[in-house]
Amino acid sequence: MRRRNEILVSLITLIRKEIKRYLRIWVQTLVPPAVTMSLYFVIFGSLIGPRIGSMDGLDYIQFMIPGLIMMSVITNSYANVVSSFYSVKFQKSIEELLVSPMPNWAILVGFIMGGVSRGVLIGCIVFCVSLFFYPSFTIVNPLLTISVLFLTAILFSLMGFINAIFADSFDDISIIPTFVLTPLIYLGGVFYSINILPDIWRNISMANPMLYVVNTFREGMLGVSDVSIPFALSMIIFFIAVLTSACLILLHKGVGTRQ
Amino acid sequence: MSQFALEITNLKKIYDSDVVALKGINLSVKEGDFFALLGPNGAGKSSTIGIIASLVTKSAGKVKIFDIDIDENFPEAKRLLGVVSQEINFNNFEKVIDIVNTQAGFYGIPLKDSKLKTEITLKRLGLWEKRNEQARTLSGGFKRRLMIAKALIHEPKLLILDEPTAGVDIELRREMWDFLKEINAQGTTIILTTHYLEEAEQLCKNIAIIDHGEIVENTSMKDLLSRLDVQGFLLDIDKSLDQPPSIPNFPITLEDPTTLNVAIKKDQSINHLFDQLSALGINVSSMRNESNRLEEMFIEMVKKH
Repeated sequence: MRRRNEILVSLITLIRKEIKRYLRIWVQTLVPPAVTMSLYFVIFGSLIGPRIGSMDGLDYIQFMIPGLIMMSVITNSYANVVSSFYSVKFQKSIEELLVSPMPNWAILVGFIMGGVSRGVLIGCIVFCVSLFFYPSFTIVNPLLTISVLFLTAILFSLMGFINAIFADSFDDISIIPTFVLTPLIYLGGVFYSINILPDIWRNISMANPMLYVVNTFREGMLGVSDVSIPFALSMIIFFIAVLTSACLILLHKGVGTRQ
Repeated sequence: MSQFALEITNLKKIYDSDVVALKGINLSVKEGDFFALLGPNGAGKSSTIGIIASLVTKSAGKVKIFDIDIDENFPEAKRLLGVVSQEINFNNFEKVIDIVNTQAGFYGIPLKDSKLKTEITLKRLGLWEKRNEQARTLSGGFKRRLMIAKALIHEPKLLILDEPTAGVDIELRREMWDFLKEINAQGTTIILTTHYLEEAEQLCKNIAIIDHGEIVENTSMKDLLSRLDVQGFLLDIDKSLDQPPSIPNFPITLEDPTTLNVAIKKDQSINHLFDQLSALGINVSSMRNESNRLEEMFIEMVKKH
C-alpha cells in the first residue's frame, strides 16, 4: 500500500512537471498550432475550399477539420515527448528520476501523459478554431472521436519517447518529424479522400499508417471513412502495445539513459 | 539492520568501448562512517558511484545498501540513498523551490509534506532567500548547495557526494565541510570522492584509494597518516640567510632567505632542532606544515600501482 501511494505521488509529480513545462512556454507550444491551423482554414477552407467543392459528400472545410485536428495531435504529442525526454537526458536531470525509487513504467507513463495532455489540449484548441470557420460542425460519434484522439496521442507520444531514447543530438530529434512524420501526415488523407486517387496511388496510400488514424478520427467526427474502422482501431491498439513493450525494455536495459 | 551502510562485492564494470573501469572491487563502509573514496581521474570512482545510484549498469558483482541488495529491492535501497553527482543535473530554467519539491515528489513524498521538507532543507543550506530564482541565475557555489538539498530531501541514511566542492571557493568549501560534519554527526553515513586530499584528511574517518579499477588501499585515515615517517615543516626565521644551516640528521633547504624547509622524522625531537638552530643564532618566529601529507602519500601509492 505504501509503495503504491509512493508510486502514485511520483507519477503525479512527473505528470505535473511535464504539463507545467509546456504551459510555461505556451507561446511556443500552444499558440503556433492555433495560428497555423487558422491559416489552413482561411486558405484551404474559406478561399480555395469553395472552388474545390465537396469531398466524400461534405463541404471541403468540413472534410478537412478532422484531418487538421489529427495532424496537430500527432505532431504535438510526438514533439512534446521527444523534446522533453531528450532535454532531460541532455541536461542530465534524468538522473533525478533514475536515482529515485520510481519504477520504469511510471517514468514512461509520466512522459507519455505529458505528451497526451498536450496533444489533446491542442486538438481541442484546433477544434475551437475550426468552429470559428465552420460554426455548424457537429460530432457524429463522440465516443469514437474521443477514443481515437487519446489513442493517437498515446501512440505518437510513445514514438517520440523511442526517438528521444536513441537521440544523441538535437538534430536526431528533428529528423524523424521532418522527414518521416510530416510527409506521411500530408499524404495520409488530411486534405483529400484517397477515393479521388488513381488505383495505384490509392493502393500505395493504404500502406500509410497515418491514413488509418486520420480516417478513423474522421469517421468519429463526420461518419465517413476510406478504411475499415475495426481494423484501424485494432492496429492502433496493437502498435501501442508493441511500442509500450519496446519502451519498457529499452528503459530496463538502460539504452540511452544509463551508461 | 546491517552494521554496514554499503557493501560492494566483486564489482565489475566494462563499458561498451571495452574500457574496464572496475576490475572486481570489494568495499565496505560502516554505518555512521565518513568515508573517502580517492583516486586519480579515470580510476573508477564515478563508475562505482554511478552503479550504486543506478546511473550506470554493472557488468558483475553485488551492491548492498544497509543490507538491501540493489538487484533484489532497488526501490527500498534507493529510499536509503542520496546522491550528489559530480555534474549539475537539474533543469536550469526551473525555480530552486520547484526543483527540490519535484525531487521530493519523485521519492513519493506528498506535496503537502514536501513543501515543508523543502522549506526546512533550503533554509538549512542557505538557499531559502533564493527559492524563487531560476537555477541558472545561481552562482556555482549555490548550485552545489542545491544539488545537496536535492539529495537530502528524502532524508537518506547514506549520502554519496561525488566531488562536491570542485570549483567551489575556500569559504564555501569550509561551510560545506561544517554542514557535512553536522549531518554525519546526526547519523547520516557519508561517502565522499574528492581531489582535495586536505578535504578527505579534514573530514573522513576511513579511506579507500582506487586506481585503474582496483582498490589499492582501504584503511582508517589515522592508520594511513601514521605511516608517514617524515613530515616537512616550514620555519620562518628572524634573519636572512644565503645558505641553509647545516645540522646533523636534519636535512634543511632554503625556501627563501628567511624560510627554512626541514624534513623531520617521526622519532626525531623537534625541540632538538630548535636548540641547534638557537645555538647557531637563528630564532624561529613561526612554523607551519610544508604541504598536505596525505597528498604526498597518495601520489606515492598511485605511482607504485
